[in-house]
Amino acid sequence: MALILFYITSAVAIFATVMMITRLNAVHGLLYLILSLLAVGVIFFLLGAHFAAVLEVIIYAGAIMVLFVFVIMMLNQGQKTIEQERAWLQPGIWIGPSVLALILFVEMLVIVVLGGNAGTGHIVNSKQVGIALYGPYLLAVELASMLLLAGLVGAYHLGKPMLKATKPGGNS
Amino acid sequence: MNGIPMELGLSLSAVLFVLGLIGVMVRRNLIMILMSLEVMLNATGLAFIVAGSRWGQADGQIMFLLILTLAAAEVGVGLGLALQIFHRFRTLDADSVNEMQG
Repeated sequence: MALILFYITSAVAIFATVMMITRLNAVHGLLYLILSLLAVGVIFFLLGAHFAAVLEVIIYAGAIMVLFVFVIMMLNQGQKTIEQERAWLQPGIWIGPSVLALILFVEMLVIVVLGGNAGTGHIVNSKQVGIALYGPYLLAVELASMLLLAGLVGAYHLGKPMLKATKPGGNS
Repeated sequence: MNGIPMELGLSLSAVLFVLGLIGVMVRRNLIMILMSLEVMLNATGLAFIVAGSRWGQADGQIMFLLILTLAAAEVGVGLGLALQIFHRFRTLDADSVNEMQG
């Protein structure tokens, strides 16, 4: 049972990724990228890594994709935006991601109906992950926190409205 | 016990990674390049999860957590760079930023 679900989810993930790298519009690609990440999250669940599946949905498909949406919306020039919005609401644009999301939703329903684990792999629960995270991997956690701090400072510096051009050649 | 063979999971991970690599090489839009990078990082995390599930250890998920941290930091800095490039060059074409003449 888990194998069938795995095949379906893999097909969804690969199809969504191919659609993502072939879209011309960045927002259309973003929709398919979110579907690809959600499909990989379902695969994490099927592999028994429930904690990673939750993190995949919350952080990847939630937080990081919101960053992409913000930047894409910030880079839109105002005049073209209205026609773009009208074009994005055409059924042909959102029908593909909706069908893929529906497939994933049906899979989750099947898993829930079958009692929560559809013969999934060895379940590594979040307690084991937490114990290992703050035991042997404590140094890695500290390094990750420093990496996040560096990313925060860098993003704050780069996200200023406009850096002063230190050399000629920039158009701004 | 494990319903999904490890080879299938690793194959899916490899396919997704190659798709992301193709995206990075083919696309010229900086936003699309960053999104393809996300796909590649995600495929790497999938490989770690598959290995962790195969041996029933928590290490795979911990490596996935670290990859998640890396991806978050990378997206923050990368999107900030994309914003600066757009403000300076009025385009997101990666080929237009070749002032170093390398």
